Amino acid sequence: MMRSRLVALIPHAVLILAVLLFAFPIWIAIAGSTQDSAAIARGDISLIPDPAGLGVYRDVLVNGSAGAGPVWRALLVSAGMALVIALGKIALSLPSAYAVTFFRFPFRMTAFWLIFLTLMLPVEVRLIPTFQVMSSLDLINSFTGLTIPLVASATATLLFRQTFLTLPDELVEAARMDGAGPLRFLKDIIIPISGANIAALFVILFVYGWNQYLWPLLVATDPKLDTVVIGIVKMIGVDTATEWNKVMATAVLALLPPVAVVLLMQRWFVKGLTEGDK
Amino acid sequence: MAGLRLEGLRKSFGANEILKGVDLALADGEMLVIVGASGCGKSTLLRLVAGLESPTAGRILIDDQDVTGRDPSARDIAMVFQNYALYPHMSVFDNMAYGLKIRGLPKSEIRAKVDAASSLLGLDALLDRKPRQLSGGQRQRVAMGRAIVRDPKLFLFDEPLSNLDAKLRVQMRGEIRRLQRRLRVTSLYVTHDQVEAMTLGDRLLVMHQGVPVQLATPTEVFERPADTYVAGFIGSPAMNLLPGILGRNGTVVAVEGTEIPLGNRRFARPDGHPVTLGIRPEHVALDPAGTSWPVEVVELLGSEMLVHAGRADGASLTLRLPNGAALSDTVRVSFPAGQLHLFDRATGLRLEAVA
Repeated sequence: MMRSRLVALIPHAVLILAVLLFAFPIWIAIAGSTQDSAAIARGDISLIPDPAGLGVYRDVLVNGSAGAGPVWRALLVSAGMALVIALGKIALSLPSAYAVTFFRFPFRMTAFWLIFLTLMLPVEVRLIPTFQVMSSLDLINSFTGLTIPLVASATATLLFRQTFLTLPDELVEAARMDGAGPLRFLKDIIIPISGANIAALFVILFVYGWNQYLWPLLVATDPKLDTVVIGIVKMIGVDTATEWNKVMATAVLALLPPVAVVLLMQRWFVKGLTEGDK
Repeated sequence: MAGLRLEGLRKSFGANEILKGVDLALADGEMLVIVGASGCGKSTLLRLVAGLESPTAGRILIDDQDVTGRDPSARDIAMVFQNYALYPHMSVFDNMAYGLKIRGLPKSEIRAKVDAASSLLGLDALLDRKPRQLSGGQRQRVAMGRAIVRDPKLFLFDEPLSNLDAKLRVQMRGEIRRLQRRLRVTSLYVTHDQVEAMTLGDRLLVMHQGVPVQLATPTEVFERPADTYVAGFIGSPAMNLLPGILGRNGTVVAVEGTEIPLGNRRFARPDGHPVTLGIRPEHVALDPAGTSWPVEVVELLGSEMLVHAGRADGASLTLRLPNGAALSDTVRVSFPAGQLHLFDRATGLRLEAVA
């Protein structure tokens, strides 16, 4: 009896430890954001948040800090970018996966392998040529230039293809007998059936888009196009005194939208996964 | 309502010829069951008629119109699949209505047609359910409903009962038969199950390795199988086939040196012609004066039993006897002349008696 209790306790202890490890830095950021910047710089962070310092959130949202514009704008840019990237990737990869799975055309597998190959060439690897292309198209310092190069996605295409491959051939055939053309089949059958996958992908891709750093840093020098991630970095001054409470407040703010997306969509795709009969 | 005609239909996948020329004509309202072992080309034949594959050669005519090159949806046919192929995210109602919706029928008409089909199939209470909330038999009914609402010229069934358990299969078999009789829609039904074939079809087409072997009524196929393949395939347990030699001016067959009289039938083949003698297990008679066979296995089936006998030389014989028949280590049997089938041993084809 004692033994089995102990066995049950150990996994829990490990889990609690892991949660603490993950949550502690976030707690420091929350607590730190309400405290005096100079105290943080000295390393005197109290683990108890000071309610009096909560005004910093309003302050960074509206005014920003030295070196960076107001955070509300950066949040907007980030949200716009993450949304365009996530939705764009889905809108592009769904039809391309549909094409390579259900249609017979010359060089079908070549097309598939070419898409697959780009998995090995993430943005960071093709940074210079992509920048060159954007520059020739005069898209530097534009929202288009910020988002479009990140929209193509081999991962999503691959994921959709694997889902489509599990659909029985008879389903396609039944739809053909019912008179559904390719676009109708996509709209009426494929997209509704892939709902859970789309939700799951949206979560992953939104977070991916939100966390982009290198590409925005390179392609958008206009402060109006600063994402919140870029904004945090800009706040950490090299020669001026860094307002650490503002940095932490911004970090906490930057954390909220992805968390919200995960929480909201989680209900969706867990529902989709458990109800699935595919 | 319409007939179906196939002319010289062939299909190859690469160098692999699956269908080697099928000619067939179905009368209006007829139900033809295509039966054969897996790989005989029966499903390919059905898919060609459906338009899901295109033939290498030959023509398909529905209602005397050549539909060979047409899209499946332009052929006015409906198909019931083995795994039902229901749209998983749609309700029962939407599953049945989908084809009509695409055809652009007015909502009220769709409603009326789906209601009519669902009451015919006893699905009224299930119209709002999703396929995953249905049992296998109910899913099968929805698949049938989806076919019925279209009011097609031709029904195609691709082993629709294979995924059901035995009891449900018997029940659904009866339902399909009743429904087809009632609606009088010309139907092609593919199965590997010979009981389904025998009970459902107006006529049977037995296929073997891409070639139609026999096209006849179930009774005819059972009583006068066209060759040894059909003889062994239709009927359970399979017909006993024993090698023999024709003798005495074509009136007896010698099996293992024992002469078996053929009654008053005479076969126009020279004496010494190698033949295969066929007799169904239920026709083998216990006879104290008959030949002796060592019993190997006895299977009790309830009201009857199957006795498998075999000789050292490999010849085997199955008997179907009423339960409780007295048995010892050997059975003595005779072959009643009227129940014997004779096949040419070289070609496997059925031999008919003259005069």
